[in-house]
Amino acid sequence: MKTDILQRLVRARAEKCPVALVTDLGSGLQTLVHDDVTHGGFGLDREELAEVRRFLREDRSGIVEIGDARLFIHSFNPPLRVIIIGAVHIAQALAPMASLAGYDVVVVDPRRAFATDARFPGISMNGEWPDDALNQLAIDGRTAIVTLTHDPKLDDPALHVALRSPAFYVGSLGSRKTHGKRVDRLREAGFTEAEIARIHAPVGLAIDAVTPAEIALAIMAQITQVLRQEPSSAAAAA
Amino acid sequence: MTYENNIPEIAAALRAEGKRVALATVVSTWGSSPRPVGSQLVVDETGAMQGSVSGGCIEGAVVHEAMQAMQDGEPRMLSFGVADEQAWEVGLACGGKVQVYVEAVE
Repeated sequence: MKTDILQRLVRARAEKCPVALVTDLGSGLQTLVHDDVTHGGFGLDREELAEVRRFLREDRSGIVEIGDARLFIHSFNPPLRVIIIGAVHIAQALAPMASLAGYDVVVVDPRRAFATDARFPGISMNGEWPDDALNQLAIDGRTAIVTLTHDPKLDDPALHVALRSPAFYVGSLGSRKTHGKRVDRLREAGFTEAEIARIHAPVGLAIDAVTPAEIALAIMAQITQVLRQEPSSAAAAA
Repeated sequence: MTYENNIPEIAAALRAEGKRVALATVVSTWGSSPRPVGSQLVVDETGAMQGSVSGGCIEGAVVHEAMQAMQDGEPRMLSFGVADEQAWEVGLACGGKVQVYVEAVE
């Protein structure tokens, strides 16, 4: 690999641009493919370029054989994100866990006493009201949103944005009873059954979690399941 | 950034310090391979490594080849798996197969 290509790759990653590094396994030559530009040691024809973009879209890496060429397409997509509403005890376990699993983590809580750096070392904090925060954070299909405050004043505005966003996962802490009331409020606010059904509640996989760390584990496991399983099962059903 | 995905940054930083480095990347897997395609390892001229391309079973051999690649500048494809004699020696205990592309950064 040329140092120049490596530096361009690192720059694209710093700017959170999706980029693919394509290696011709025959010659060892490499080309970087951004959204609309390619740069590097060899050109790609239209068919090859379409295949590279498909890999990026599906967040996949692998070897493809096109004509005589054997290409390794290495997709580098911006990191997955977890946005946690509520700088609560469970968030203190969930934030580092999500970070370890490779996610960028943002904890949103307008309450100063909760959202301190001392309670969340190394985690990005956002002190805006949850709907404002989510609007600022430009939610995409690689974002998971989890509400943990238990307080409708904070959780509901977050859900109002989350349910109409492309987030791949939306989860809300609360018992079945609490969730029932939440569903009533969302219906009154004009949300459709399909929109409301996007909420994973009670949040997390049913593993009888008790402690904050175990609940965080159940949430992280469910986020992983939705991320990894649903597209393939949806594809199988189609 | 997490330990999972900062290998290009580490490699670039080592290069910026004037060190020689090589990258190893998992390009294909079959069966119960511990690390998915795209997993990377960076090796510097002293043989120090960061990242991983397996559960620890093939790293030794990969580092050896990475040192060679830094010497001769030639990229190489390494295959480890049950059908490979080398696997017997290196011991891919999980029983899967993995191909690792090793290249020097020049």
